This record gives sequence, structure tokens and C-alpha cells, in this order.
Amino acid sequence: MKRASSLAFGLACLASAVHAQDTESKLVINDDIDITTVAEAPAHAENLSEIYSGWAFRSPETMALQMDDFDNPGMIFVDQALDAYNTVEGSAGKSCQSCHGDDAEGLVGARAVYPKWNANAGEVWTMEMAINGCRTERMGAEPWGYTSGNMVNMTALISSVSRGMPVNVSFEGPEHDTWLQGKELYYTRTGQLELSCANCHEDNYDMMIRADHLSQGQINGFPTYRLKNAKLNAVHSRFKGCIRDTRAETYSPGSPEFVALELYVASRGNGLSVEGPSVRN
Amino acid sequence: MRLSTITAVALAFTATVASAQTKYPTDVTFEDGAIAASLSGTPGDPANGQVLMNKGAGNCIACHEVTALAELPFHGGIGPMLDGAADRWTEADLRGIVADAKVMFPESMMPSFYKISGFVRPGDAYTGKAIDPDAITPLLSAQEIEDVVSFLMTLRDE
Repeated sequence: MKRASSLAFGLACLASAVHAQDTESKLVINDDIDITTVAEAPAHAENLSEIYSGWAFRSPETMALQMDDFDNPGMIFVDQALDAYNTVEGSAGKSCQSCHGDDAEGLVGARAVYPKWNANAGEVWTMEMAINGCRTERMGAEPWGYTSGNMVNMTALISSVSRGMPVNVSFEGPEHDTWLQGKELYYTRTGQLELSCANCHEDNYDMMIRADHLSQGQINGFPTYRLKNAKLNAVHSRFKGCIRDTRAETYSPGSPEFVALELYVASRGNGLSVEGPSVRN
Repeated sequence: MRLSTITAVALAFTATVASAQTKYPTDVTFEDGAIAASLSGTPGDPANGQVLMNKGAGNCIACHEVTALAELPFHGGIGPMLDGAADRWTEADLRGIVADAKVMFPESMMPSFYKISGFVRPGDAYTGKAIDPDAITPLLSAQEIEDVVSFLMTLRDE
């Protein structure tokens, strides 16, 4: 009976070309880490009632790739990052491991609260900025490029040790002005196509735009391994791609605008699990 | 000194008013969001309109479903279905909607295919780089809009 009704549902989907997001399947990684992919929307995401990880909008085949680290191509880059993590670099003679312990154990929980206000710098820092802060201030090493391979790999490692923890980004403290700037950007219709983030990812998520199934644009799964380009993708690279596709002049990865947008978009996912490195199409 | 300040304010005001005026490549008169006169003066070619529904800067089916084009893959579900469009709208309505849907529906997500001003951070096609605002060309030419409208006028249920 259940099978028949789901078959009928599947046919209805095909007929109407609408692919409802999958709110039934559960994501458990390695039969061990429970991932929250559907949650009640936080009050500050005032136009949403529920929030969904991008995982719920992908095909069953893509969804399955994230259920086991041996199937998740993103985990190869986590291993590469672990090598870099243990490598002494810079004038202070330190590695990441020197301060943060084996296997990034001292960084458990960090991903869930970033971007985060940095009181010393007097600004909001993304994970990438924090990594470069460590490299230049504590290790005496050269900073990494914002979306370089080393950088995105390291963000994948740091995310991986927090998988399953709820995203819990602060936005009502000293970071509030930055958050408001991010919100403004989220609702600004850019480019010759005059599309905002909200047009696709708030007003029309779960709809098809040509062959693409629109998600809510949640970023709890970043960095994400995309089957499309067969590499890990930083969230600012994804922002840039989306804005470019509105026929607009983009902002740069690491720019104050994208830092603000990341803070705002991350906060809309408060309650979903940290999931990176995720697998998407 | 004071006079020059006033002049500067006046000039700034003039500039604001001018930029608030939406620009199109040719003179266009909207009436309730519709455009009565042909944009090109040449009748539309529905065959080319059909091509534009699927390709290039038209790509109408990215957002709209059209049963008459069912052999083409991946129709979107964002905009209204276009079956029977010619029963619901006049040619002037359709011309206005395709040229600049936001005149009739201010909140519409639909791109303004004939508009060439008023954009936030306009880019040079899909390069991500800025474009000189004076160099912006419309997403569809006057004739291409006429072609699309002539195709839409073939979409009748009755």
C-alpha cells in the first residue's frame, strides 16, 4: 500500500514536473552521525515555516553519497587537510595540531557558530578569516587564498568534526549591523535579470528553474563537493556563481559584502546540522 | 557659494529624476502595462519565437510550462503556465509583459527583457564583471520580442 501510494506520488511529480523535496528520508552518516535536514524555521527567518538542508532537494543517488565517508568524495580533501593540519609551518614553528590537538579535536563545535564576531578585530570573521588569522598571527606563516585548495580543504576538515551539531550562529550582539547588511543583500535584486537570493531560494524553493531543483540555499553543508565540477566549493564561490548568473557584477570571495551575506544566510539555517563536506549536484 | 550649493542640489535632483526614468532602446508607451504598438514595425515570426522560448536570452520555459513545447525537456514551474495565454491576454498585454513585466506586475520575478536601465550592479553578460551602464543592450531585441509575442498568440485552448 505504501509502495503503491509513493509510486502514484512519484508519477504525479513527473506529470507536473514538480519535484517535492524529500522530507521523509533521514541522513545518518556512517550509521553514526544523525543529521537534522528538516527543522522549524528560526523566528528571524520570518518568511519560512520550515528550513531544509540542500540535501533534501537532491536525487536519491546524490543523497546516498553523503551517507558514508567512503562514498563521499569530499572526505578525500579532509584527509589532505589533515596532512596540512599536522605540518609545521611558519616562523613560530607550529602546526595547527600544536594548539588544537589531534584530528582537530580542539575545533569541535567551531563550525556551528561561524561566522562569528571577533572582538579583537572588531569585525565578523568567517572560518576562512579565522584560519588565516591563526596562520599569520600565531604560526608566522603566509595566509592562504580565500578560496584556495588548501583553504577549502581546511574548512572541510573543521566542518567534518562538527557534523551533526546544530548550526547556532549569533546575530543579535555586536555582529548585528553586519547581519542587517547581509539581510539587505539577500533581498537586493541584482543584475540585468534583477534576481535576489530570496526570489529563488525563499519564494520559489522546491520549484524547477529549467533543470535545476531550487533549494532554500542553506549553507550548513558547506564546503560542498559538487558533482558538477568535481571539487570542494567554498560558500563564497557559490555566492559568486549565483550573483554572476543574475547577469550582475559579483562581489569577491572574502569581501565584506559576502562575509555579511554568509552571516545572514548561515543564521537562517540555525537548527539544521553542520553537514560539510556535503555532496551536491 | 550658497548659490553653487543650491545648483549642485538641483543638478543632483535632476540626475535622480532622470535615472528613475526607465529606459528602453526605442520609444515605448505602456498603458496599464500593455504596449499597443509593435516594437519593430515588422510582424513577429512565430517560428523564431518558438526557438526563443527554449534558447538564448529568451529561455521562457526555464520558468514557464508550455504543453505545445512538451517535446523540449525541463520546463520550470515558477511562472504561470502559458497554455491558453492568447485566450487570457491581448497581443498588447503580452507585448508589455514580455518587454517589461514589472510595469503590469511590480513585484514580478520575471526579468524585464526590453529594459536597459535601473539595474543594481549590472554585469557584462555572465562574466561577473561590471558593464558600462550606457553599454547595456536589452535581453531581447525589438524583433525578438515581436517573435515571442507572435508565438504566444498561437497558444489557445479554444
